[in-house]
Amino acid sequence: MELYEKTAAELSRLLQAGEVSSVEVVRSFMDRIKKMEPYLKAFVTHTPGLALKTAAEVDEKRRRGESLHPLAGVPIAVKDNICTEGLRTTCASRILENYVPPYDATVYRKIKEVGMPVFGKTNMDEFAMGSSTEHSAFYPTRNPWDPERVPGGSSGGSAVAVAAAMVPLALGSDTGGSIRLPASMCGLTGLRPTFGRVSRYGLVAFASSLDQVGPLSVSAQDNALLLNLIAGSDPADSTSLPDPVPDYAERLSVDPSGLRVGLIEQNVEDGFDSEVIAAVKKAAFLLERRGAEVGVVSLPRTGYGLEAYYLIAPSEASSNLGRYDGVRHGICLEDETVESMFNRTRGGGFGAEVKRRIMIGTYALSAGYYDAYYLQAMKVRTLIRRDYETAFKKFDLLIGASSPTTAFKIGEKTDDPLQMYLSDICNITDSLAGVPSISVPSGLHSNGLPMGLQLTAPPLGESLLLKVAYFLEQEGEGPFPRPGSFTSEGGSLSDEA
Amino acid sequence: MTDDFSKEVEYVARLARLKLSPEEKAIMSDQLSSILKTAQRVRELDTTGVEPTSHVISVPALMREDETRPSLPLNRVLQNAPKRQKDFFRVPRITDRQDEETNGR
Repeated sequence: MELYEKTAAELSRLLQAGEVSSVEVVRSFMDRIKKMEPYLKAFVTHTPGLALKTAAEVDEKRRRGESLHPLAGVPIAVKDNICTEGLRTTCASRILENYVPPYDATVYRKIKEVGMPVFGKTNMDEFAMGSSTEHSAFYPTRNPWDPERVPGGSSGGSAVAVAAAMVPLALGSDTGGSIRLPASMCGLTGLRPTFGRVSRYGLVAFASSLDQVGPLSVSAQDNALLLNLIAGSDPADSTSLPDPVPDYAERLSVDPSGLRVGLIEQNVEDGFDSEVIAAVKKAAFLLERRGAEVGVVSLPRTGYGLEAYYLIAPSEASSNLGRYDGVRHGICLEDETVESMFNRTRGGGFGAEVKRRIMIGTYALSAGYYDAYYLQAMKVRTLIRRDYETAFKKFDLLIGASSPTTAFKIGEKTDDPLQMYLSDICNITDSLAGVPSISVPSGLHSNGLPMGLQLTAPPLGESLLLKVAYFLEQEGEGPFPRPGSFTSEGGSLSDEA
Repeated sequence: MTDDFSKEVEYVARLARLKLSPEEKAIMSDQLSSILKTAQRVRELDTTGVEPTSHVISVPALMREDETRPSLPLNRVLQNAPKRQKDFFRVPRITDRQDEETNGR
């Protein structure tokens, strides 16, 4: 078995035991990236030199006997909407294609501090607006299970980097499903933590009442290890939660007897792929056989979640993206007056989907429509939260599909925004409610593509989610396999600014 | 809502400071009208007496002591400026000369 095929936990153990060096680990992933990346395009910016440098430093510290974090020397990739000082952060947008942040996001600072070699910044839908990574201004990312298909989005680059074994771990961000959907479509474990559990300082803002940073990994244990590192309050993010952070990776095994599990009626709908639903029910049945109390739960108002989300998120985006005006950062398309410079820069710098959402949001917030659209959507959000509160009085954990279908074809939904928006239908309401939610692999579809199921817990229930994810993994054959490799001639790989 | 959304598109694009080509406007008009029609479904729910959720966290915002702390050095703040003049972001003239003469005194 090659080093690049190992989980983060296995690499951590080998590194701590001194059986391999971090430089060896990094070289193994470098070779893998050279082979896979030309086909998949998971990255916007590659930093193998930075990864090697970090690895050498970690190895040196280990030689000197310094005490190191369990993830020291374990490689990672970072979504390109997370600010990295001195390293280009584009949000996969033309308007930020030359932006080099003057500071680090808190999550990135933590990664650097413990010495995780960073392999680069991953591709995404522009400003995280999308469900397929096709809305990247640069190029789409391809699904390693079938390169004709999308990896899901918006954290598609992060998902593919892990699924294709180019890194063992990656950071994504999730506003309305952007970690869970690509995790589901690429056969990974992807966690959206409770709103406020992970600092968002330095995460480029899309919808501030919804955005969260979270881990993508091959196994539940790897996910827990990375969450351990990034969770916690941050003086630089006033919305981060002060609650103490438990050790998520400790004692992952759980006995499900007595656990009350609610199968979400709305997330196993008739319109969904029948094998996807069968896989969810199979997992619920397995939990029941091991002593869990499984019942059906209805979240009646979640049927309005998609509509509420596609008013609230664009409204917040239209405000957050007001800062891109060609004055302080990003590109500037010059013109005679300040206003015509704004108009040109924004019209030329943003892609079609971003402009669409700015337009929806501006409309929903404009005089005469605010009450009917934005305010009403925020009230519907309250009703949806109440549905969850009611459900969590009866159940400890909710289970449903992570996506109505497996990965769709590249180009299939790009001309029809509403169809694209529907891809997030299983993920959006957890986001609106602010509760933690995890997508875990639920099996291989007869079409050869991975399927996912989604577990949802009350606020700060990440431990339970990871334990049940671990249980389902152990009841299967361990972590879900990665797709078979491609054969290809790799190009050369060097650091980009 | 009428099907022809082109007037709204003009108006909203102006509010949002987005220069759109005629082709973009035509597509946007169709798409916005169908997206907003769908989104109108939120009005089906009776929300009488329901408080809006603008934020899911009920804990008070994290506060710290009001102490001065170092800020980023000016050079780094300005490192991404498309146009810079000394320690300023440079933009096209905002006031016309007439204003300047009147207000400058």
